[in-house]
Amino acid sequence: MAIADTAGHAPHTGKPTGLGRWLFATNHKDIGSLYLWFSFIMFLTGGVMALAIRLELFSPGLQFWQPELFNQLVTLHGLIMIFGAIMPAFNGLANWMLPLMIGAPDMAFARMNNWSFWLLPPAALLLLLSFFVPGGAAASGWTMYAPLSTQMGMGMDMTIFAIHILGVSSIMGAINIIVTVLNLRAPGLTLMKMPMFAWASLITAYLIIAVMPVLAGAVTMVLTDRHFGTHFFNAAGGGDPVMYQHVFWFFGHPEVYIMALPAFGIISQVIPTFSRKRLFGYTSMVYATASIAILSFMVWAHHMFTTGMPATAQLFFMYATMLIAVPTGVKVFNWVATMWQGSLTFETPMLFAIGFICLFTIGGLSGVILSVAAVDTQLQDTYYVVAHFHYVLVAGALFSLFSAVYYWFPKMTGRMYSERLGKLHFWWSMVWFNVTFFPMHFLGLAGMPRRIPDYALQFTDFNSLATIGAFCFGLGQLIVLYNLLISLRRGPPAVEHPWEGAQTLEWRIPTPAPYHSFVEAPEVDADDNGVIHAVRGGTHH
Amino acid sequence: MQTTVESRHYFVPEPSHWPIIGSLALFCMGLGAAFAINEMPVGSFVLAAGVALLVWMLFGWFGDVIREGLRGLYHAQEDMSFRWGMGWFIFSEVMFFGALFGALFYVRVISLPELGNMQHKLLYPEFVPSWPLVSGPGIQATYEAMQAWGLPAINTLILLTSGATVTWAHWGMLRGHRRVLSNGLLLTVILGVVFLTLQMWEYSHALHELNLTLASGAYGMTFYMLTGFHGLHVLLGTLILAVVWLRVRRGHFDERHHFAFEAAAWYWHFVDVVWLMLFVFVYWL
Ligand code: HEM
Ligand SMILES: [Cu+2]
Repeated sequence: MAIADTAGHAPHTGKPTGLGRWLFATNHKDIGSLYLWFSFIMFLTGGVMALAIRLELFSPGLQFWQPELFNQLVTLHGLIMIFGAIMPAFNGLANWMLPLMIGAPDMAFARMNNWSFWLLPPAALLLLLSFFVPGGAAASGWTMYAPLSTQMGMGMDMTIFAIHILGVSSIMGAINIIVTVLNLRAPGLTLMKMPMFAWASLITAYLIIAVMPVLAGAVTMVLTDRHFGTHFFNAAGGGDPVMYQHVFWFFGHPEVYIMALPAFGIISQVIPTFSRKRLFGYTSMVYATASIAILSFMVWAHHMFTTGMPATAQLFFMYATMLIAVPTGVKVFNWVATMWQGSLTFETPMLFAIGFICLFTIGGLSGVILSVAAVDTQLQDTYYVVAHFHYVLVAGALFSLFSAVYYWFPKMTGRMYSERLGKLHFWWSMVWFNVTFFPMHFLGLAGMPRRIPDYALQFTDFNSLATIGAFCFGLGQLIVLYNLLISLRRGPPAVEHPWEGAQTLEWRIPTPAPYHSFVEAPEVDADDNGVIHAVRGGTHH
Repeated sequence: MQTTVESRHYFVPEPSHWPIIGSLALFCMGLGAAFAINEMPVGSFVLAAGVALLVWMLFGWFGDVIREGLRGLYHAQEDMSFRWGMGWFIFSEVMFFGALFGALFYVRVISLPELGNMQHKLLYPEFVPSWPLVSGPGIQATYEAMQAWGLPAINTLILLTSGATVTWAHWGMLRGHRRVLSNGLLLTVILGVVFLTLQMWEYSHALHELNLTLASGAYGMTFYMLTGFHGLHVLLGTLILAVVWLRVRRGHFDERHHFAFEAAAWYWHFVDVVWLMLFVFVYWL
């Protein structure tokens, strides 16, 4: 027994090498890196599609793409950014950092972790290949509303199966995160002391498990409507196309929090570090996160104000939506209060975090405006909505990801990124992001619909401006790519403690993080937001 | 001392090639299915290859897990992880059925009454918002609905009994009565198979005598989708229980280490509860 035991736990001497290290990986750090690189590639892929969209919209009339292809580009841009870039990136960060932050040897199910990742490339491949099949890729928008989606060519079927696979992947990833957080925390790190990033990942994972199956159900019904004669979304047989929207948005609204809560978690780690203060109002942060998650199940029909719902339903969903602004406001307040009277420094992660707070708040406020049913009747499906969700997704989710990657880069790689390039990347992104997306508010208010390849002449100026902004923004992302690649190889070695304000557990282990960290669980003396006073035990190799 | 050292080491598996084979399998299945349902060449072949790969992967992967379990690599903490994991997996399944039940309720409570109201009289003058729905321009052939108090009621009894037999087996496991354990499991598997056989029989009755198909409008689609996905889950549950039974026959598990058995039992109870919901809302009311 004892012999078998040591065999099983034998310190995995050295790293696996070659391609097998990545294909067969069971190490959370390797899998985390895979996730992060994959999502960056998807970000560039989706970004190229965005630029193709903006290119067409530079001036009125049809210049580059036929409307069919334009719609396919819009659809795939949305799907790839959401399911290929943002969600996997957060999962990758959780993979990398959670075990280090809570003192776990790895993720709870290391082998399943591998599968969660390796299901992503096949799904992405299905999506991208669908451009080349008869009829082209899905052109229904990422929302895949029936009856559009019940009519298209086989690209739609490939999209449906891709979504099934993505669902399996993210559900397994989420189960892994939940079990790791609940079961593998180091003794002493109780739930109400855990870092906010762990809380955010935990609650996000719960949302994923709750809604990805619903999306799977929705697209499965689309599939059977398309090929097996059902009438779920067809009134001729007693179904209803609006039902699709209900099922979809029951998934869809929690989905936006799946892309926002982990961002909140990251910001709640970065802001205290660079303010050299404790996070203000930790407990209220935890409850705010939880209540956002619960409320997110009760607001889905704010995407459907123009579908002819009864007025009472409109009122309910309007007020419920506004209610979410309360816990969100609590968070913004707490971040600002954390910075208040702190000794702030503005390294790249902090810049992105502050940029996040400013711009996410703008996106949140335009969200409150959209939640007013009477206003949304005007703005639904206009560029105002496009502006709104890019403020929360690009300046929100994406900026927080940049912040996180810069923040943890020294711990992950043992090298320092170039601060100069980092700052350039931030200011460049900040400026061009606003040049791209701020004018879209005006376009939407003036009535320009979204998802069209052509527009009326009076919209030209703002559109041209947005296109210039988009190309510059896109170009700026090469700065971070270059910075990361060059720093990986030639960056100066990171010091043991690059950020003196960082107090969570991951900064208590050697830099770069050993391949197997916390093979033995440490015992920690912890405080709010994962602040560590003392660590006993816990071996690495 | 020994135990504290053990409990401090959480088991982390060696690199494994099974997940990537599983990914290849799902890729082939997705691509193959998309080609097959659009009558493109090689679609069904690729789909079949994907399924074969998946089956191979499942055998290999679960084989590894079982061997690790037998080597005593899983301790209390790992066991707890498995339990949480299975619980959350079942929750995801609940949400999947939730979407389909949501569609059923939506159709019955919202879309049918609306299609039959005054506003729609102009569009569908003949439409009668009855349940089971019999009219509608998309419903081409007449059909009859299923009766609750025939086969479905018997099937309810069978599943409920099987819930009792699996609990009996569990009781045997906890007290070390291997005979009870083995017989209880075998009985449960048999009941599962009987349920599935009766369900197949019911389907063929519905298809051939009642003329009820997936294309029979709102009633047919919800009937087949809900009972069909439930049936698939019963099939899966039966297979899992059968594997557990085979493992019991080989002397696996003891009073303390039998997570696989409990996971199978939880899954079986979940399938049971879904059936009760089905019986009430699809067959009966
Ligand atoms: C490089 C920066 C980006 C640019 C320039 C950009 C631009 C655009 C444009 C022009 C549209 C089409 C609007 C329309 O015609 O309706 C769009 C749609 C969309 N974008 Fe982005 N985008 C960017 C990044 C992102 C990111 C990071 C996300 C993250 C999830 C995202 C999510 C979406 C979604 C969900 C849609 C809606 C797709 C649809 O209508 O189905 N975008 N984007
Ligand atoms: Cu929403």
